[in-house]
Amino acid sequence: MSLNPDQPIKFSPTHRLQWEEAQQKFVILYPEGLVELNQSSAEILKCCDGTLALAQIIATLEEKFATRGLADDITAFLEVALHNGWIAQ
Amino acid sequence: MAGLHNNMTTLTPPRWLLAELTYACPLQCPYCSNPVDYAHYKTELSTDDWKRVLTQARQMGAVQLGLSGGEPLTRQDLPELVQHARALGYYSNLITSGYGMTEAKIIELKAAGLDHIQVSIQASNQQLNDHIAGTESFVHKKQVAHWVKQHGYPMVLCVVLHRDNIGQMADILAMAEELGADYLELANTQYYGWAHLNRDLLLPTKAQFEQAEAIAQAYKEKVAGKMKIYYVVPDFYEDRPKACMNGWGSTFLTIAPDGTALPCHSARQLPGLDCPNVNDYSIAEIWNDSKAFNFFRGDDWMKEPCRSCDEKAKDFGGCRCQAYLLTGDLYATDPVCSKSTQRGVIRQAIESAQQCVGSGTEKPLVFRNNKNSKALSSPI
Ligand code: SF4
Ligand code: SF4
Repeated sequence: MSLNPDQPIKFSPTHRLQWEEAQQKFVILYPEGLVELNQSSAEILKCCDGTLALAQIIATLEEKFATRGLADDITAFLEVALHNGWIAQ
Repeated sequence: MAGLHNNMTTLTPPRWLLAELTYACPLQCPYCSNPVDYAHYKTELSTDDWKRVLTQARQMGAVQLGLSGGEPLTRQDLPELVQHARALGYYSNLITSGYGMTEAKIIELKAAGLDHIQVSIQASNQQLNDHIAGTESFVHKKQVAHWVKQHGYPMVLCVVLHRDNIGQMADILAMAEELGADYLELANTQYYGWAHLNRDLLLPTKAQFEQAEAIAQAYKEKVAGKMKIYYVVPDFYEDRPKACMNGWGSTFLTIAPDGTALPCHSARQLPGLDCPNVNDYSIAEIWNDSKAFNFFRGDDWMKEPCRSCDEKAKDFGGCRCQAYLLTGDLYATDPVCSKSTQRGVIRQAIESAQQCVGSGTEKPLVFRNNKNSKALSSPI
């Protein structure tokens, strides 16, 4: 199981991404579990809206943070996210 | 140094709230984790009380919500409570036997905002399931599992393991896959409450454990990416205890049907805790200031060998309820630990269960029902 660069990426319908006021963090919620996210992971996952594919997500974030060279980090994180079932294609 | 650290034990907010909505249950599992004297607690919180509890706990940071019991479906206000929980931002889980569930209810709960449903099944075949549950329920449970999937919930199947069903491991795994479970919880019986009473009849042999675990681990790889398997280990055959509640008063908050707040769902049986009730205090007062929630916070309370053990931050000295139940001392090292001087009680329990197998002297299982609860305990 690995990312298909041509397919749009969506956040898993059986998980929930949510801002937690008490922790000042985004978290992923799923049966029996909770993962706290750092800011960059949360930014990447927020782009997984079911319309953008990998290259578009990278472009969106590079533009948003006015930077270059995020491709490797974003790809690596999304591979992990896919493996954990947080995202789907 | 250790002393300094103790005094600075920081208070963390609750993350998981287990709302035991009722002790009423149409099933009679002989390993039920409800207290043996449950039949004496007749009062139940009102809908408004539960809403207040949910609101207050959420404000403190609780986000995972378990709606359990007993059988939570016996509460008519369940959809209303689910809706309240959803509006507050909880991730809510209905922990049910499936008994009394209809497809209409599944749809109603989904619309109210329920996030997932955990259905328990007692065995992989009808005869054993219905025997252990004390109620005919197998066929309906499978139907409920199908509805859960069909209506887009993540489906968690939970099977409690003991001597009579652990040999079915391969069939249980196949059943879970066939039902399309997203998560399978294989929970070896924890010997408190009713399971403690029935231990001689429930505790499997070490060979049974090892065989079942090997089958489950192999299957884990086979279904990787499709079904997640949570395997709750049987600590009688381990040499280190479980990390009790991720640290006492650190993460988990249980509210019993009558509003008693418990640091763990078995804590009711520990003497001297004076567990507070949500009718008298706010969740913040209970969590931060009550005697019960501060009782085993940090490690000042520990005795040797835990006190000077370099693993104490890992397992917190083990389960307090198990220590009390098996040694009579709630401050003792969990006797499961190989460093405990009382490890002998675990050996005895294993031997006693062993002798019971096929000895012809077996007492029957004590099923969890009102009649047995009343007969086994005196009024409170
Ligand atoms: S363990 Fe069995 S008897 Fe106890 S509440 Fe659950 S379904 Fe009911
Ligand atoms: S002695 Fe106590 S702290 Fe050390 S491993 Fe055993 S139970 Fe844990």
